[in-house]
Amino acid sequence: MISRFQIAYKNLLRKKTRTLLTLVGIMLSSWVLVSLLGFNRGYEQALNRDIDNMGYQLMVMAKGCPYEAATMMLQGGTGLRYIEQSMVDSIVDKPEVDKVTPILMQAFFDPNKGDGGGIAGYFGIDPATFPAMKPFFRFRQGGWFRDDEAFEAVMGYEAAELEQREVGDMILVPEKNVQLKVVGILERTGTQDDGTIFAPLKTLQKISGIDKITTIGIKVKKDADSAKLEAALYQLPDVQVVSFTQVKETIMKLISTARVMVLSIAIIALLIAMVGVVNTILMSVLERKQEIGILKTMGAMPGDIFRLVWTETLILCASGGVAGIGLAFLFARLSDILVRRILPYAPGGELVAIDMRIACLTLAVIVVVGLLSGIYPAWQAGRVRPLESIRSEG
Amino acid sequence: MTARDGVSLEARGLTRVYRRGSEEIRALDGVSLTIRRGEFLSFMGPSGSGKTTLVNLLGCLDNPSEGELDLAGRSIFGGGKILGERDLTRIRREVFGYIFQNFYLIPTLTVRENVALPLAFYRKPGVEGEVERLLGMLGMEHRMDHLPGQISGGEMQRVAIARALVNRPEILLADEPTGNLDTKRSAEIGEILQELNRNAGLTIVMVTHNPGLARLGGRLIEMRDGRAYES
Repeated sequence: MISRFQIAYKNLLRKKTRTLLTLVGIMLSSWVLVSLLGFNRGYEQALNRDIDNMGYQLMVMAKGCPYEAATMMLQGGTGLRYIEQSMVDSIVDKPEVDKVTPILMQAFFDPNKGDGGGIAGYFGIDPATFPAMKPFFRFRQGGWFRDDEAFEAVMGYEAAELEQREVGDMILVPEKNVQLKVVGILERTGTQDDGTIFAPLKTLQKISGIDKITTIGIKVKKDADSAKLEAALYQLPDVQVVSFTQVKETIMKLISTARVMVLSIAIIALLIAMVGVVNTILMSVLERKQEIGILKTMGAMPGDIFRLVWTETLILCASGGVAGIGLAFLFARLSDILVRRILPYAPGGELVAIDMRIACLTLAVIVVVGLLSGIYPAWQAGRVRPLESIRSEG
Repeated sequence: MTARDGVSLEARGLTRVYRRGSEEIRALDGVSLTIRRGEFLSFMGPSGSGKTTLVNLLGCLDNPSEGELDLAGRSIFGGGKILGERDLTRIRREVFGYIFQNFYLIPTLTVRENVALPLAFYRKPGVEGEVERLLGMLGMEHRMDHLPGQISGGEMQRVAIARALVNRPEILLADEPTGNLDTKRSAEIGEILQELNRNAGLTIVMVTHNPGLARLGGRLIEMRDGRAYES
């Protein structure tokens, strides 16, 4: 026989273009909503991962804007300030400190990178202390440097992929005309390290002609008083201390404004789609007024008609919602790229993290809002009197 | 529902008054009549004579302004009682089947699905297989999976008849069932109705402008100015 679901589904097929346009509206709002929720989750996760993978909780660097400093550390940058390397010795003995590593960040303009050239980020690291800070690093090929003055490089996964490098290749340091031999390529970490080229600190200092460093990374002992250590570090001349917990909070505050704006847009898109649903279903009810009356002469109760029309709304919203979620999954990588272009700072790894929980939540929101939108047209349909529909008969 | 004395419908002084602003239109003016089980009754009359209004009241599609109606001995209207839409629907789906001039088939449903449509809302016990049986009886078995747009007007009305009968009603109300059909198709529909009346004992109440069709029924009532005159 025929079920009410089949009747509702076939009713929607009568005006295919109208149904399709309404579906597209719901699909787009569902796509925006699920991507936004995915971003909300993914960004924080990626930021946490980036910060955890730094291997250290505090950074000491020359005085300047702390946001700039943090971004530089996470993303690389230009216009760096320097501190004396001897400062490491005055920090390492502090009781709260577990490990310390000096870092020299250098950014060179590479005219061969991208379309119009780009910045190549180099990290000069101490082979004796830096690997211990990053015990999770795994090598795809090769390993660390032979000695702390070798003209060698270890490339992050993406940096190597981008330049199609293998262990044994020679790379040219832009601006300096110095070659480094690739001795190791790291596995993907999902962090900024993937795009970085590491060289021994002394080597990079030689290449750059700078005998200083830009940063000292500090790993705090477990259960040590981090605030006390920060206060002690501020006693050092001309330095600032950046705690990654603070950095995270600051970045999340900056991002939250953008999130509220995008969420507002998503809600408006959702409301517009729902107005479309009301319009489509109401039009359909008005066009079928006579037919609904005839269904009532056949024995359909007002509640039956209400449920029939509501089922049409449910089919529209559920299919639009599922299609939108499908698109969000399909184009998550594209959304990721777009978000990265817009944001001033984007952590590494998956930025738009959509999972089944978010997908189900979005579908539930779309269906509930859709069903609420369907109440009025369904109620109108339930009120149609059979006599009104057949009066025109004679 | 069993008629106490073979009476299917009994109307006494049925009156329906419509108001349009201050104007009062007496569409039906104190009609009394008795319809026995198994009768084939036709109403004829000019437009506006009240025949459709009377059939609407007999078919529980509307409440009368005055008068009484008994259905198989059970009082439906009377004593100023006004029935709500739910009560009227309950009576309709138990007792009546309806066919109309415009067929009202759902264009996206197949012939089979259109006939089965009433069963989606209400199903009397023992109607399993009724869709196929009726379509076979009406010569539509080869069109079951066609859409209404793929069949002729006469075939559409056959489908509408099958749909009206699928829940085994006691009374079939037909309002201008051949109004949209040519002479040949009208005659075919007339024959079908006559067979249903003779062979299945179905009570049929029909409104028509077609004198030939009206004569098929055993009883003809002429409507003029809201009053009924038995021929």
